[in-house]
Amino acid sequence: MATKRIVTAIINGKEEQFLCQPRQTLLEALRDDLDMTGTKEGCSNGNCGACTVLIDGRPVDTCLVLAVEIDGTDIQTIEGLAPADGLDPIQNAFLEDAALQCGICTPGFIMSTKALLDRNPNPTEQEIRFELAGNLCRCTGYDKIVRAVQDAAKKRQEVTV
Amino acid sequence: MATSESKKKYKVIGTRPIRHDGVDKVTGRAKYGGDVNLTGMLHAAMLRSPHAHANIKSIDTSKAEIIPGVHAVVTHADMPDATDKVVNLGEGTVNLKHLGSNVLADKKVLYRGHAIAAVAADNIHIAREAAALIDVKYEVLPAVLDVLEAMQDDAPVLNADVRTEELPAGETSGDKPTNIAKHFQFELGDVEKGFAEASVIVEREFKTATVHQGYIEPHNATAHWNADGHITVWTSTQGSFSVRHQVAELVGVPLGFVKVIPMEIGGGFGGKISVYLQPVAALLSKKSGKPVKLIMDRTDVFEATGPTPGSYIKVKMGANSDGLITAAEAYLSYEAGGYPGSPIAPGCMCIFACYNIPNGKIDGYDVCVNKPRTNAYRAPGATNAAMAAETVIDELCEKLGMDPAEFRLKNACKEGTRRIDGPVFSRIGMEETVQAIQNSEHYKTELTGPNQGRGIASGFWFNCGLRSSVTATVNGDGCVALLEGSTDIGGSRAAIAMQLAETLGITAEEVIPTVGDTDSAGYTDVTGGSRVTYATGWAAYEAAKDIQRQMIAAAADQWEVDPADVSYDDGKIIGPNDQVLTFHEMAAQSVKTSQPIIGRGVSEHEEPGGAFATHAVDVEVDPDTGKVTVLRYTAAQDVGTAIHPSYVEGQIQGGAVQGIGWGLNEEYFYDDSGKMSNSSFLDYRIPTCLDLPMIDPILVEVPNPGHPYGVRGVGEVPIIPPPAALANAIYQATGIRMQQLPMSPPRLMHEILKKRAAENGGS
Repeated sequence: MATKRIVTAIINGKEEQFLCQPRQTLLEALRDDLDMTGTKEGCSNGNCGACTVLIDGRPVDTCLVLAVEIDGTDIQTIEGLAPADGLDPIQNAFLEDAALQCGICTPGFIMSTKALLDRNPNPTEQEIRFELAGNLCRCTGYDKIVRAVQDAAKKRQEVTV
Repeated sequence: MATSESKKKYKVIGTRPIRHDGVDKVTGRAKYGGDVNLTGMLHAAMLRSPHAHANIKSIDTSKAEIIPGVHAVVTHADMPDATDKVVNLGEGTVNLKHLGSNVLADKKVLYRGHAIAAVAADNIHIAREAAALIDVKYEVLPAVLDVLEAMQDDAPVLNADVRTEELPAGETSGDKPTNIAKHFQFELGDVEKGFAEASVIVEREFKTATVHQGYIEPHNATAHWNADGHITVWTSTQGSFSVRHQVAELVGVPLGFVKVIPMEIGGGFGGKISVYLQPVAALLSKKSGKPVKLIMDRTDVFEATGPTPGSYIKVKMGANSDGLITAAEAYLSYEAGGYPGSPIAPGCMCIFACYNIPNGKIDGYDVCVNKPRTNAYRAPGATNAAMAAETVIDELCEKLGMDPAEFRLKNACKEGTRRIDGPVFSRIGMEETVQAIQNSEHYKTELTGPNQGRGIASGFWFNCGLRSSVTATVNGDGCVALLEGSTDIGGSRAAIAMQLAETLGITAEEVIPTVGDTDSAGYTDVTGGSRVTYATGWAAYEAAKDIQRQMIAAAADQWEVDPADVSYDDGKIIGPNDQVLTFHEMAAQSVKTSQPIIGRGVSEHEEPGGAFATHAVDVEVDPDTGKVTVLRYTAAQDVGTAIHPSYVEGQIQGGAVQGIGWGLNEEYFYDDSGKMSNSSFLDYRIPTCLDLPMIDPILVEVPNPGHPYGVRGVGEVPIIPPPAALANAIYQATGIRMQQLPMSPPRLMHEILKKRAAENGGS
């Protein structure tokens, strides 16, 4: 077992330092060492998107990133999305549109949606389907998820206006 | 959508409140099985068989045990001897010896991925390294993977203790070990006479691939075996009481010594009823004295859990010139996997259930093959069967020159129709689902281009009753704490709470639902069989009625009148002399007078009717690649009464999409040795959002006469029609009748090229 390394990164707006083994994935470090279990594990090989977080604004499967690689980056996870006094418009849209059933894929979908809407505030249905194709959901058939993303886009624009 | 009826009749039912567990699930706070973290907890890894069929000559764990950081190693030898006892786990029975050997292999491995040993260590990396050091000597045996080959006399036999059970008679035939565990036969009328009366007869053979439930959350279990012999299990499961029963039996402790704490569950679809990891985590904890957590990786999930059977089905149907079905015959062989237990019985019961068929015969076989032990998958057995029957019907319609919707309407089962396997339907909505499709915008709109086609298909699924319990405690502020035992797989907490709220005349938000552990909630059978909103909802209704009775008694006492003269209506207790107390006033009083109001409700009811669905799909087939694009999809379903219409729609949309995946892409690829070659979500291709259009649900509400609010189970039936509807649409687009699932691009392209060659050869 190799010596543990110190990793320094901004996680949800706050600078954090933690120790991890070089072989640990970011997913493992988040869930097991930092006790941030909102990021979910579905496949551990980059196919389902349940573990999506934003690294420097880009959606990334944390099961495919080693924890040591995030040194010096800015990480956003599902735990950091909601403001102190409520929910993010994306979270509200998922709730109001019943865009979840079991909910295990939901944090990943919400983070991927944030990355999409940050880049493209008014996506078409086809753009939403293309951008979210890396997140698997087995419960909903995606219909209500796509509608929630459309509604979230509207809500975010109302907020910015 | 079509919820106007319920909206008029009810205040809470038919509305769309935010689900009670919603905020936790969009913020990442909800705790699933994998999120459990206990002080001193160890992590465990499994060693699994690389062979599909082999005798285990020896297992040497010594090298694993000496690795620093390893605390315990277990094999089948650590399990008490399981007997041949057959136990009922709520939805179906299981032979404990087979279940125990599936959890940790005993002398023999029956499929690749079969669990052999487990190691608990300080962390998962040490546990995996140690598991790899366990030395197992195998005698590799020939594997049999095809269901028909496994039925042959000279096939390798998996289980020495299996004889064919003849059902429903219940006799056992033969004294030689066999792979054919069960043979069902159902008969009605005179099939020969029926076919003699037919003017058109179609007979076809079908093969469907092994598919997986594909829940996104892998199986998980954390267990602590305390020094006093009591075991606590934290796990994601469809049935906490079922897990309690299985664990107690397999590790050999009294039922009451096992407490199962159901964590949030990340999908199940039938695949999270049987135990895999829970008894192993318990045994590791017993040996190490520490809590142990065990999680599968995705390969293990594919190779060692689920799946639902691949099958061979032959269907013959005849109809007269009026378009009435005169006879139907089916032969079904389902893969059971390593141990007996495929859903062959429901396959047989559902295959012709949508229609009024005077003469029918159904033979079904449960057959062991060297694949994972199969488990329920949403309407288990019915989707395979519908692929066969519903495409044969499409061919009958073509030969008769009849519209497939008209044909279905003409032959639809209705109240009083007897199924071939016996039961007689009560008021059901099969006809209404066909009419809903006929009247839909979708069905009235013409297709727009070449290589396009439209198909429809119907499906039937049961509505299990089984047992559910609910307690509801009225707080002084009028909020009601509802404790129920049905694990919530997709919003059922809300649907149960809404039925309690409706009965009490309060809002959905005033009910605070909790899914209790096995020491807190009353006995409740599994979340399966489309039963939770129906049965646990009924228990909640009964608990509310109990609260009503207690409030009536208290008010009558206060007013000094006969309780028989006091009534409860829409949140008010009304006395004979126009006295009125509201629910909230009574709630406040009950606290002050130290007479707490706790409602208790149980339900145990026979299945009263069941659910029907008819789906329509438009496809476009790429003639150069064989790829099928779903252009438009409409799913009509008799939902009884939609309690929370959004989640009813969600069940229909999700089920339809699983059916689309089953129809177009999903399949286990095995090599000849029985090694699965696509055990990842990259290669086992479930639908992504890019593969699909919106799925339009039509909620047809024919209230179930057997439920206080007319609820029917809605979860399972939507998976049944899609593969057949797609096959019928592909036929219209290409002139090719697909008789094998999935209808993946290579398979369809093969047929397109064959057809093209035949046409060219003929010209």
